[in-house]
Amino acid sequence: MSKNENITNIKIENLDLWYGEKQALKDISIDIPKNKVTALIGPSGCGKSTFLRCLNRMNDLVRICRIEGDVLIDEQNIYGKDVDVVDLRKRVGMVFQKPNPFPMSIYDNVAYGPRIHGLSKSEVDERVHKALEDAALMDEVRDRLNDKAFSLSGGQQQRLCIARTLAVKPEIILFDEPCSALDPISTSKIEDLILELKKDYTIVIVTHNMQQAARISDHTAFFLLGELIEFGRTKHIFEDPQIKSTEDYITGRFG
Amino acid sequence: MFLRPDKAEKLAFATLKVCMASVIIFVSVLLIHIIVNGYSVLSIDFITQMPMKRMTEGGIYPAIVGTVSLIGLSMALAVPLGILSAIYLNEYSRPGRASWVIEMAINNLAGTPSVVFGLFGLALFVKYFGFGPSILSASLTLALLILPVIIRASKEALMTVPQEYREASLALGITKWQTTRKVILPAAIPGIMTGIVLSIGRVAGETAPILLTGAAYFLPRIPDSVFSQFMALPYHLFVLATSGTSISQTRPLQYGTALVLLSIVFMMNGIAVVIRNHYRKKLNR
Amino acid sequence: MSRRNNKEKAIEVALLMTSGVTVVALFLLCIFLFREGALLFGDHSLVSFITGTSWYPSSSPAKFGLLPLLAGSLIVTAGAVILSVPLGIAAAIYMAEIADPKVAQLLKPFVEILAGIPSVVYGFFGLIVVVPLLQDLLSLPTGQTALAGSIMLGMMALPTIISVAEDAITSVPSSLKEGSFALGSTHWQTIYRVILPAALSGISAAVMLGIGRAIGETMTVMMVTGNTAIIPGIPEGLFDPVRTMTATIALEMGEVPQGSEHFHALFAVGAVLFITTFIINLIADSVKKKYRLQEEA
Repeated sequence: MSKNENITNIKIENLDLWYGEKQALKDISIDIPKNKVTALIGPSGCGKSTFLRCLNRMNDLVRICRIEGDVLIDEQNIYGKDVDVVDLRKRVGMVFQKPNPFPMSIYDNVAYGPRIHGLSKSEVDERVHKALEDAALMDEVRDRLNDKAFSLSGGQQQRLCIARTLAVKPEIILFDEPCSALDPISTSKIEDLILELKKDYTIVIVTHNMQQAARISDHTAFFLLGELIEFGRTKHIFEDPQIKSTEDYITGRFG
Repeated sequence: MFLRPDKAEKLAFATLKVCMASVIIFVSVLLIHIIVNGYSVLSIDFITQMPMKRMTEGGIYPAIVGTVSLIGLSMALAVPLGILSAIYLNEYSRPGRASWVIEMAINNLAGTPSVVFGLFGLALFVKYFGFGPSILSASLTLALLILPVIIRASKEALMTVPQEYREASLALGITKWQTTRKVILPAAIPGIMTGIVLSIGRVAGETAPILLTGAAYFLPRIPDSVFSQFMALPYHLFVLATSGTSISQTRPLQYGTALVLLSIVFMMNGIAVVIRNHYRKKLNR
Repeated sequence: MSRRNNKEKAIEVALLMTSGVTVVALFLLCIFLFREGALLFGDHSLVSFITGTSWYPSSSPAKFGLLPLLAGSLIVTAGAVILSVPLGIAAAIYMAEIADPKVAQLLKPFVEILAGIPSVVYGFFGLIVVVPLLQDLLSLPTGQTALAGSIMLGMMALPTIISVAEDAITSVPSSLKEGSFALGSTHWQTIYRVILPAALSGISAAVMLGIGRAIGETMTVMMVTGNTAIIPGIPEGLFDPVRTMTATIALEMGEVPQGSEHFHALFAVGAVLFITTFIINLIADSVKKKYRLQEEA
């Protein structure tokens, strides 16, 4: 389990989740450390994406979804009564599996959040430039900020979505299989970017690609059938898994 | 008698083709007949002059003004109501009793004959509210008649907006209403516009409801307020074609009026197609 | 934070109220239609209205018998259905199954145009082309007959029938089709043995919607059916002038003093019309639901 050097940023205690009658997450408890990359791995349908969506309450959009247990961010329960979901999502950004830029210009995509959150024109401008720089996209789009976002390649679109998230200045960023729709070169760019971003953000990433988890994460959690099987330092999970099913999955002996 | 399968297929397909062709021929004959006969009547004078000599000569200007006013006023009422209702139904409502009741009301209104809307408008707006037979009464009636059409079209358009847009915006800490206004609605606007434009064509051609709520047989001047009675193209055509003593004498005027009415409807259909194609191209990048 | 939440909540409530306008409209429509109609039944009995065989609003005492109008509506609609259903379904099969997709793409706007033509233009065309034609062809005393109404209404119901039926046919899963082809069936055998049965409830919904459209149509029938309020014989009544419920309302309302007996009688006719289309739409709806359920199963 995580060592003392780590400050816990997100603490999950006894989390259960149901879709209608079907229980999708069973009694999950986990401490996610600050300014680290935590990877969630497991076969598809194991609940890792569902779990990720609990952290910014995107599951609220699913009408039949019911949740019990606590998710504490900086010791505040985000499922508490007085919590404003909108504020929560400002603090916890999310990058999705498929790049999903809005049908607007590159600039407007990144400016969208700050603008709605009421920043002045010059502040918005500053945020957009900073976010595009931080998302390592600026050099590629400097001369065409007013082009449609759809004119970018898939990998660029995904970095644009990251920039869009950064522009809102979150503390935590959730990545839901961000590279599954991208080619290897774009993937490695995003991986480099994530390593860069962990200096300033706590990052939780869902991935079906074990090499990716091994490459970029500090801690890894292995999910199976809605349960958290094993959680620990990535090195330990990959080199010395304690549980048989973790080992089976990592060595590819899994169906 | 049994035919061999391949022969039976040939026969059946030929029959289907004949059916399709007869539909096309009927429509073509109708359109060509009106266009050919109406074309010679069309002129600037025809659309800018008042009717003259007990409507046996002159133009149809007041009927055009009336129809345009009806379109303007009824759309001004029905479009905002329709779009907001569609937003509620597609973005906010949860399956339950309230949305069931609303959907049921929309379906029922959509299936109600237009002449019944006319009776309703007569009882409620003309009589009960005391608006009298007027542009206002007729426009309110038409607005209610077209409301379900606009709601359905707008809802359809909102449904085609990818769910990812909603998720992306909400994940940035944007409220639902702001998400709807800034992302969902702009993405759905082309589809909504298509629906609106088509319903303009429908409003232009409706006759029975306005017949009961304020359309006039003949007026010597342009209406000066929403409480005035009015002339309208479809009713004018009906009057010229069925009443009076000079039905055959005014035949050219009838064709001309029919053609102007058809032109408005087709113009709207054309605009709808243009919007749709433009939008499709944009989607395919 | 709570201020923003309040605002969001207020917007949601406002939107709910806006969509409630349709509910209020339907509610008011029922109230006003039935209230004005019910006022007829002070002096006239409901039974004499429903079973009365003569509609003489200006005789004294006035007679408000619904039957001739109801029968008029039914015969014109029945004729329209007999014409438009086979034609519409055939056209739908052609567009969905047989036509080159490019041709089908061209045909679709054509059907849309058919739907867009105002009813008064159909009526006009019927009056000056179809009516004289029928008179000459069948050597009738007048061409303004139930048949003329049926022909025009049939044409007007076509777009509804074609587009809904085409939807039903194209939503038959291709696996069914492929299964049939794989057994060595011809395309036509596949169509009438597999596709049509699978699309049957969707097609029935199309037919019901077409009927609803035809029975509620006013201007066209009023212009081509001659408007004589006599109970038509069946089927020879097709060749006589008839008067439908819709035409009666539109024709007579203009000359009726508000609040008179006759005024209320016309509202009563409107109420019957409303109930009729309500039931037809209900049937169409439940048929459509059934076919959706089948699709999901």
